[in-house]
Amino acid sequence: MKKSLKEINKQLKKEALLTVLLYVLFFIWWYATAYGFADSPIRVLGLPLWFFLSCIVGWPLCCIGTVILVKKGFKHIDLSQFEEDEPDETATKQTRNGGEEANHE
Amino acid sequence: MNNVPVIVPIIIYLLLMLLIAAYTTRQGRKKGGGFLEEYFIGSRSLGAFVLAMTLIATFVSASSFIGGPGIAYSTGLAWVLLAMIQVPTAFFTLGVLGKKFAIIARRIKAVTVTDYLYARYQSKAVVMIASLAILAFFIAMMVAQFIGGGVLFQNMTGYSYLTGLILFGIIVIIYTTVGGFRAVVFTDAIQAVVMVVATITITCAIIKAGGGVESIVDRIAAANPSMLDVNAVAKPNILSYWVLVGIGLLGLPQTTVRAMSFKDTKALHNSMIIGTIVVGFLLLGMHLSGFFSAGVLTGTPETSDSVIPMIVMQILPNFWAGIFLAGPLAAIMSTVSSLLILASAAIIKDMLLRFGKKQYDNRQLKKISILCTAVIGIVTFIFAIEPPDLIVWINLFAMGGLEAVFFWPTILGLFWPRANASGAICSAIGGVATFLLLGALDFSFYGMNNIVLGLAVGLVFFIIGTYLGPKPNDQIKELFFG
Repeated sequence: MKKSLKEINKQLKKEALLTVLLYVLFFIWWYATAYGFADSPIRVLGLPLWFFLSCIVGWPLCCIGTVILVKKGFKHIDLSQFEEDEPDETATKQTRNGGEEANHE
Repeated sequence: MNNVPVIVPIIIYLLLMLLIAAYTTRQGRKKGGGFLEEYFIGSRSLGAFVLAMTLIATFVSASSFIGGPGIAYSTGLAWVLLAMIQVPTAFFTLGVLGKKFAIIARRIKAVTVTDYLYARYQSKAVVMIASLAILAFFIAMMVAQFIGGGVLFQNMTGYSYLTGLILFGIIVIIYTTVGGFRAVVFTDAIQAVVMVVATITITCAIIKAGGGVESIVDRIAAANPSMLDVNAVAKPNILSYWVLVGIGLLGLPQTTVRAMSFKDTKALHNSMIIGTIVVGFLLLGMHLSGFFSAGVLTGTPETSDSVIPMIVMQILPNFWAGIFLAGPLAAIMSTVSSLLILASAAIIKDMLLRFGKKQYDNRQLKKISILCTAVIGIVTFIFAIEPPDLIVWINLFAMGGLEAVFFWPTILGLFWPRANASGAICSAIGGVATFLLLGALDFSFYGMNNIVLGLAVGLVFFIIGTYLGPKPNDQIKELFFG
């Protein structure tokens, strides 16, 4: 089932906005923990609390956020439908992609 | 010190790069297809792992391995915090641009960002500005990477600067020239792995040499408490890096072109995850190592760039020092190879084929493309032997300059239907002129990096320019917005 370009573009806009949203969330975490706990005397694993939260915790949080973004917000689309080639060239392209898969995954 | 063991891992590593490049080039040749799409974009066949790794390897350069950690050594944890601004690079670039670029690139058979700009704005002036910006800034960046690598090689092996330059410089030029984009990305993938190994090696070795994180941090805090202070880097300064190495990265053609190169959306999705994990690891590991060095290193480094080489020679046995040295060399070579192939694409694909009148067949195209890549590589190499002041100056502003040229034309072209050529031209020229002028005058707006003003001016110019020009025609609307 092919979707129209309009529907696809709508989905892509949504995905771009969700990506920006995750980016903003990461910024808020980074800023709030770094400056919010700046004066705390607590040390975790020897490091000041502000650094531990913003950097050591911030990085895996960002990775988890990306997993959620990709699994929940992003949808697969068939890119080969946009390769406007002559029929026989499309065929070679598909075998090419097939071969690549066998080689590198 | 007996230096032979340091160089042994390096030689093995460099030979390995050549082998991988030769192998992948042959794989690519077997698959046939058009020469230009193969040489400049690898026939859009990248899987998740290679896409993630090439994006990281291109982006992570000498500054992440040597320069940045060196500043963390003298500034403290605030500089590590600054480095971590770059953690979202992979998911942000690919998430915002990936699919849009993938679809458009397939429909118009684009192999460069400039191809996309031409399709969107249908203006030769835009193409000229983009190509010239790529050539000037890329060559300066490549020279700077070469210099960094040569100095590092000299400091760590005892061989001369020129020997190092010839060793890794010639090898990266050869495999890029012969193998094209496919060789670039597959060597990038291996080099990213080498960087991870180097980062693990140095981080573990420093923590062990200093007797654990806690005692290292205690020593640093006792000597200089401000090293643990988040305000050691002024707030306006650190926040402006959210523009320079944050959202502004959406304007860097060497990273955004990778959004045209993957084979399907599964590869894209997975590479966003892999990329975020790996880039965070490299940045955190290397910059923390720089910071920890302040509690471990004996002696005073001459410059911030010599912190990492010094600590490595102090705490690692020769062989492991060689393994580590492969890390920054990998960062340098992978950055250079990606810039080199794009600079060549700017001349062949963006300028010669678009503006030239002559028609070329596949064999001639192959010849001139390879020749062009070789010439740019050799010119860069010669510059690096005796760096001209102008090149050194341009490099200081290369990243911001590229962003000032490409950011708004790329983003607004994709997401603002009204955007047109006059807007893009005004924005690119206004933005980069503002940025360079402020840099030349040594002006600073509330302690922020000048890219903030450069992009602000670029946006205003884009909007004004767009409303002064005509609406984009129906063909563009259909192609980009359905």
